[in-house]
Amino acid sequence: MNYPNDLLYSKSHEWVKEENGVCVIGISDFAQDALGDVVFVNLPQEGDEVTAGEAFGDVESVKAVSDLLSPVTGTVCAVNEELMDSPELLNSDCYGSWIIKVENVTDKEELLDAAAYEAHCAEEE
Amino acid sequence: MKLIFEKSVPGRKLSLLPACDVEEYVLPEAFARQDALELPEMSETDVSRHYTELCHNVHGVNCGFYPLGSCTMKYNPRIDEEMAALPGFTDVHPLAPTYATEGCRQVLDTAKKYLCEISGMDEMTFQPAAGAHGEFTGVMLIKQYHRSRGDEKRTKIIVPDSAHGTNPATAAMCGFDVVNIASAPNGCVDLEALKAVLGDDTAGLMLTNPNTVGIFDENILEITRLVHDAGGLCYYDGANLNAVMGIVRPGDMGFDCIHMNLHKTFATPHGGGGPGAGAVGCKAFLKDFMPHSATMEGEGSIQVRGFAGNFLVVVKAMTYLLTLGREGVPEAAVNAVLNANYLMQRIKGTFTPAFDRICMHEFVLDLSEFKKETGVSALDVAKTLIDYGMHPPTMYFPLIVHEALMLEPTETESKETLDWAADVFRKLYQMGYADPDYMHAAPHHAQIGRPDEVRAARSPLLRWQKA
Amino acid sequence: MGSYVPSTKAERQAMLEAVGLKNERELFADVPQSMILDRLLDLPEGMSELEVRRAVTAMAEKNKVFSTVLRGAGAYDHYIPSIVKYIPAKEEFLTAYTPYQAEMSQGVLQSIFEYQTMICQLTGMDVSNASVYDGATAAAEAAAMCRDRKRTVTLISAAAHPDTINTVRTYCYGTNHELRVVPLKDGKTDLAALKEMLTPDVASVYIQQPNFFGLLEDAEQIGEIVHGAGAMYVMGCNPIALALLKTPRECGADVAVGEGQPLGMPIAFGGPYLGIMATTQKHMRKLPGRIVGETADNDGNRAYVLSLQAREQHIRREKASSNICSNEALCALTAGLYMAAMGPDGMKEAAKQSMAKAHYLAKALCALPGVSMKYTGEFFHEFVTVLPKADAVLKALEDKGILGGLPVEGGVLWCVTEKVAKAELDRAVSIVKEVLEA
Repeated sequence: MNYPNDLLYSKSHEWVKEENGVCVIGISDFAQDALGDVVFVNLPQEGDEVTAGEAFGDVESVKAVSDLLSPVTGTVCAVNEELMDSPELLNSDCYGSWIIKVENVTDKEELLDAAAYEAHCAEEE
Repeated sequence: MKLIFEKSVPGRKLSLLPACDVEEYVLPEAFARQDALELPEMSETDVSRHYTELCHNVHGVNCGFYPLGSCTMKYNPRIDEEMAALPGFTDVHPLAPTYATEGCRQVLDTAKKYLCEISGMDEMTFQPAAGAHGEFTGVMLIKQYHRSRGDEKRTKIIVPDSAHGTNPATAAMCGFDVVNIASAPNGCVDLEALKAVLGDDTAGLMLTNPNTVGIFDENILEITRLVHDAGGLCYYDGANLNAVMGIVRPGDMGFDCIHMNLHKTFATPHGGGGPGAGAVGCKAFLKDFMPHSATMEGEGSIQVRGFAGNFLVVVKAMTYLLTLGREGVPEAAVNAVLNANYLMQRIKGTFTPAFDRICMHEFVLDLSEFKKETGVSALDVAKTLIDYGMHPPTMYFPLIVHEALMLEPTETESKETLDWAADVFRKLYQMGYADPDYMHAAPHHAQIGRPDEVRAARSPLLRWQKA
Repeated sequence: MGSYVPSTKAERQAMLEAVGLKNERELFADVPQSMILDRLLDLPEGMSELEVRRAVTAMAEKNKVFSTVLRGAGAYDHYIPSIVKYIPAKEEFLTAYTPYQAEMSQGVLQSIFEYQTMICQLTGMDVSNASVYDGATAAAEAAAMCRDRKRTVTLISAAAHPDTINTVRTYCYGTNHELRVVPLKDGKTDLAALKEMLTPDVASVYIQQPNFFGLLEDAEQIGEIVHGAGAMYVMGCNPIALALLKTPRECGADVAVGEGQPLGMPIAFGGPYLGIMATTQKHMRKLPGRIVGETADNDGNRAYVLSLQAREQHIRREKASSNICSNEALCALTAGLYMAAMGPDGMKEAAKQSMAKAHYLAKALCALPGVSMKYTGEFFHEFVTVLPKADAVLKALEDKGILGGLPVEGGVLWCVTEKVAKAELDRAVSIVKEVLEA
């Protein structure tokens, strides 16, 4: 498993990267591996409000569906539309394929650095 | 095989209708369809051969063993079909005057009387078209009951984690929040877990008994009492009624309303996924909340479908009940349970039952140890069974057992069939150790090999398009 | 006593012994003994097949079957080709369960894929599901799929079938959403009222075409009005009429639903029927129910599977948009078979003849004293007349084996299909005339 050092992680397996006050959010290598072949991503719309710890969308594999939990509270300012046509990107390049960007961030969950997240994943396995 | 569209030849047709014997009426252009109507153009031979070819690629319970757990695939009697095809039933308009539909009413009344007696309920509707539709109707009774008493705070429906997915989905469709409770290790309701979630916000509990692992919950009276004491109502999901019909009645277990799947317990065919019928019964105090139809007679406050429901399915179920009668109904249940226990006993020693005890009408095998040792999964076993002409059991359900295969042989299978099935299972068990790769690649002799479901879901192709 | 249990007494005893039990009672040891029914059920004794045949046939004979049916109102008596009755009775189709195991169910799956394609061809929509219970529940499911967090209110035309309105109302009551009924004007949806009712919280509008009174709505214009307000447009269709009428797609519908019974199913006192449901590519993943998709097997052969299952209750549980699992697969097979047997020309011919004969009857009835059209709008194969002495007229028709129109407020709703010959229509008109002139 690969957990880049420049990202922060939630316990529910989303990664977060802060760029000029905007939080970029995706799912971790651990999450994509556990899901298996991703076949569809339900995305929010630009302008939607998201709340830390609550679902902002979900990811479907053939026989399962998992909520995407937002690690932050704020407003969705961009959605990765490419995932609509190519959901497999979440498997092949989970760190290159962000899902949403959130601005006006007012609250954050407790996030882990790469080392702490790796330990958390080891515990879950 | 080719799709019907690929067999179409322009200009071919059947001769079905005479020439029009009145003056043609010309539809004003503003209303007229502009798109060409593209449907297959076939001769009668083409149509007949096409569907015959399709039917050779279908396995029905009347063609062979079908131990699909929780679906009660019992033999579907031909007489039931013949009776439901009588013109005296098929050619009756649902809105014909009452005197002209006396026979239909007699069918509904007879079926109602028998099913009320079997379930221990006081009232019955046949409007719901399927089991899930029955659940919706039944939980709507619970909703209306609380509303009618001004008891608006009851917003929660309790569902065990071993339940069929329709239970929580139904509760949500009725506007309730779902409270999932973990099952006890034996798959039964954990009384402490139940007590912990009961309160003045409890609208009701949805339960099947025997439960989804094939065990009769011996605490059932305590469970329904606890729910009633908290002010909630108890809903019985009749999916597993075949185990106990004529022996113990849901109404006597303390349930207030129930649905029964006529296409499971009462031998009506499932038609490759419907039409079914989900008869809903209730105790007298819920009677006023039962459905009615806007266009037919009868009182009630909700409506869940047009007209009176899947009437011809009710004809078949009633015919079945007339055949079995008061002795045949419990006899069917006893033999369903006996057959399940016998098959489990014969398989034991190879695949491991999830619960090693007397079961009801079905049992669950837990293949997790087998998978650990051989790498062969429940899915691999299921797919290999297809090569032996057996429909696989229900896979990966209930969710509380890992690598689950759930077998329900039903009472209409003979001892030879069960012996044969057990031999096939034993053989596959040995094959798992000897040649796991063969099983990973199974089936080898079926209509198709394993389909690529990821591709189907990622790039949905849901209709044929002209090249 | 009838029974389908094959085991003999000796075999049962052998099986009991193999399980290690002494008697059948021990099979039910988990059941609290106080609860066990200590009596026989209050059902009659079981019967032999011949006795059952007599008993059930006697019930069927208590119904009166009319040789001529001039009543529709949601159940349409079209001609059913012989082959359409015969093929769905094949035991393979009849006695299979839902096609969970694709490798053993290609026949059912392909028949549904073909049905889905034909429904798309008929409606002009992109995607059809494998069917739902009936037309009324299809309308209710459509209302649910159109809602989002901001738009939660459903509008339905008062000119829809009363059973549809009631069913949609019940489903809305279930999820605690509001249903508002758009009033009538001259037997059709009141467009001025509709415009006013299209507030920003409206999720969808349901219109039936032809409507309950047989009239053709201005379906295209309604589509523009609905979309102008940002809501979704659901059209309830009669599949036979679609052979001639503008398709839901041409009218701008987002969801097309309908009662599929006219496609080869008998009227059968209300069921089994067939819920048709189709939508655009854009809303594909919101469609409830089973959907069959094409893929390939591990050798690259064409294969069909139940697809997009992550939408459904067995995976999403309480988050699923619907609890539906069974569809009406055998009815969908019947409908596909019917459309293949009729072909494009046969479908159009059935529609044209139904329409022509309905207009012939309307004209002939309105030539009688006191009979007139209640509404002036364009109609397909149903129409409402004002009819003096309606009860006596209908009774006289029934006595001669003709089921006349359905009494509705202010008149009688008549229906004619291609099945009725001109001679029968003339006979019906002369009976009506006799009563009116008496």
